[in-house]
Amino acid sequence: MSLRIVVCVKYVPDATGDRQFTEDLTVNRDDVDGLLSELDEYAVEQALQISENSDDDVEITVLTVGPEDAKDALRKALSMGADKAIHVEDDDLHGTDVMGTSLVLAKAIEKAGYDLVITGMASTDGTMGVLPAILAERLGVPQATLLSEVKVEDGTVTGRRDGDTASEQLAASLPALVSVTDQSGEARYPSFKGIMAAKKKPVESWDLEDLEIEADEVGLEGSWTAVDSAAQRPARTAGTIVKDEGEGGKQLAEFLAGQKFI
Amino acid sequence: MAEVLVYVDHVDGAVRKPTLELLTLARRIGEPVAVALGAGADATAAVLAEHGAVKVLTADAPEFTEYLVVPKVDALQAAYEAVSPAAVLVPSSAEGKEIAARLAVRIGSGIITDAVDLEAGDEGPVATQSAFAASFTTKSRVSKGTPVITVKPNSAPVEAAPAAGAVEALAVTFGALATGTKVTGRTPRESTGRPELTEAAIVVSGGRGVNGAENFGIIEELADSLGAAVGASRAAVDAGWYPHTNQVGQTGKSVSPQLYIASGISGAIQHRAGMQTSKTIVAINKDSEAPIFDLVDYGVVGDLFAVVPQLTEEIKARKG
Ligand SMILES: Cc1cc2nc3c(=O)[nH]c(=O)nc-3n(C[C@H](O)[C@H](O)[C@H](O)COP(=O)(O)OP(=O)(O)OC[C@H]3O[C@@H](n4cnc5c(N)ncnc54)[C@H](O)[C@@H]3O)c2cc1C
Ligand SMILES: Cc1cc2nc3c(=O)[nH]c(=O)nc-3n(C[C@H](O)[C@H](O)[C@H](O)COP(=O)(O)OP(=O)(O)OC[C@H]3O[C@@H](n4cnc5c(N)ncnc54)[C@H](O)[C@@H]3O)c2cc1C
Repeated sequence: MSLRIVVCVKYVPDATGDRQFTEDLTVNRDDVDGLLSELDEYAVEQALQISENSDDDVEITVLTVGPEDAKDALRKALSMGADKAIHVEDDDLHGTDVMGTSLVLAKAIEKAGYDLVITGMASTDGTMGVLPAILAERLGVPQATLLSEVKVEDGTVTGRRDGDTASEQLAASLPALVSVTDQSGEARYPSFKGIMAAKKKPVESWDLEDLEIEADEVGLEGSWTAVDSAAQRPARTAGTIVKDEGEGGKQLAEFLAGQKFI
Repeated sequence: MAEVLVYVDHVDGAVRKPTLELLTLARRIGEPVAVALGAGADATAAVLAEHGAVKVLTADAPEFTEYLVVPKVDALQAAYEAVSPAAVLVPSSAEGKEIAARLAVRIGSGIITDAVDLEAGDEGPVATQSAFAASFTTKSRVSKGTPVITVKPNSAPVEAAPAAGAVEALAVTFGALATGTKVTGRTPRESTGRPELTEAAIVVSGGRGVNGAENFGIIEELADSLGAAVGASRAAVDAGWYPHTNQVGQTGKSVSPQLYIASGISGAIQHRAGMQTSKTIVAINKDSEAPIFDLVDYGVVGDLFAVVPQLTEEIKARKG
């Protein structure tokens, strides 16, 4: 038996950098370093663990839709231990929203072939947290999303989903889609050996034509949503800062009373 | 006037506050028609009517609890087809977002998530979103299909606006995907008696500086003196000092209370992503250089073990 896992990983601007929008109100990717979304490292990690705990032949493919530099994110995932990578890259993809991105990912996943799709819980830039559910809908497979524990056995994926009001135990038959949270377990660091090995691993590049997607189904023009404005939040006006010299708690209470919180 | 579908988040008939806020926003763009699913759905009608629902569509079936998300999408889609609304509004919970997202694909519509405000516009509803850890405010629209928008808690006031709220049974047929993901077990979260974190008017949070599960008692006592919810940073959660359900930040809850009090929290970008839109921010930290102080309306540089108990005492004394 074999198990084909596709892990969707996003290339995002570093959250600790000074992130900005460009004139066309898309993300400015020039001024801040890009990297593999930290939350997608957890998805790669779970794929690796499923592989390590399996008697089957497991093949892990990492997939990204993004600009040229997004190859860096794929390399990172390959150096963690994934087997191969697919990069969907096309100038017409600039400004694609979640409906377009999910369409491209779905076509690419189908073309690659899969038994299990694993994604992160949310990207660290768009932070929508809905792409996994949309992808499951498009692929027509069960979604087992927001898992903090995952297991694959005998063609079934099981896991724990910690929700607002309850913690749920889920089960779904493969093929299926899973998204994992940052509670699923520390992601490993690439080893030197892993980094060296990654250089030799195959990275395929596909464009829209390869996926039989028309340019007007994606990109800014094809977007299902439109951003009309983006304004930097005014910096908060400097607050009052006091040093505690024995009365700090009382001074704070005075402030809270002045603001009518007490 | 155009109808607007509002997905109801309720627990056994008790409607959660974010749904009532949605009704306020829905009234800005049309006439709210509420969709309530599962056990107790009928019991939601009275409170929904008080807050402006002209109609309440209800359905109950074992599928809603036995399988994940998709049965609810089937039901919301049935409501969509019955009503042909001008927009669909859903609370921005994890589940709410997934329901909204799958509905959007099915009906060929764009989706906007985590709106913090909503206004009628010439080309349909305009949503305000907060981007990049709330350092930007954007205004967006859905440009294809019927706008599907999820809205964060605390985005609008709850307002009384009595309407008919007539209950109508919604006929739902479940598709093949509905039974794809089985819920094989469910452990309800124990209630602490404190307000719900995302809905609370005041949130009191502790971080690594609290230095141990046993010390979280002083954070809880401060919270209780203010009738507040308790939050925690990821460092405190990862150390096992407080449950993950209380984590505030990018991968935890995002909160937008009237008052946020951070103790022993440095203010990392991922933490700020979850609390930066709080109206008033207060911090207690012994390091005057901690980035959290860039955000505060009032900050105390000091040892939280001295400042927090004194603050709690003073609040109790003032409240008598
Ligand atoms: C600030 C901001 C706000 C936005 N708001 C909207 C909006 O309201 N509506 C809208 O339609 N679009 C919006 N977008 C665009 C949207 O973020 C992108 O289209 C994106 O690729 C999908 O959303 P996400 O990354 O937020 O997905 P999420 O749902 O947060 O991502 C979950 C997972 O999906 C996978 N994934 C996501 N994108 C890719 C990719 N390109 N390649 C491989 N895997 C991927 C990853 O595994 C990731 O962990 C916004 C973007 C930004 C930067
Ligand atoms: C992908 C990703 C997602 C993340 N998501 C989240 C998230 O959702 N939420 C979140 O919080 N973090 C998140 N983080 C982690 C985040 O980057 C920080 O590591 C975390 O917020 C730090 O928590 P802290 O402020 O409690 O700890 P520290 O940064 O260690 O700060 C502790 C502070 O306590 C102060 N202190 C110590 N002792 C005392 C005392 N006696 N009195 C007063 N002050 C004292 C110190 O001066 C210091 O400023 C995420 C990180 C990543 C990479």
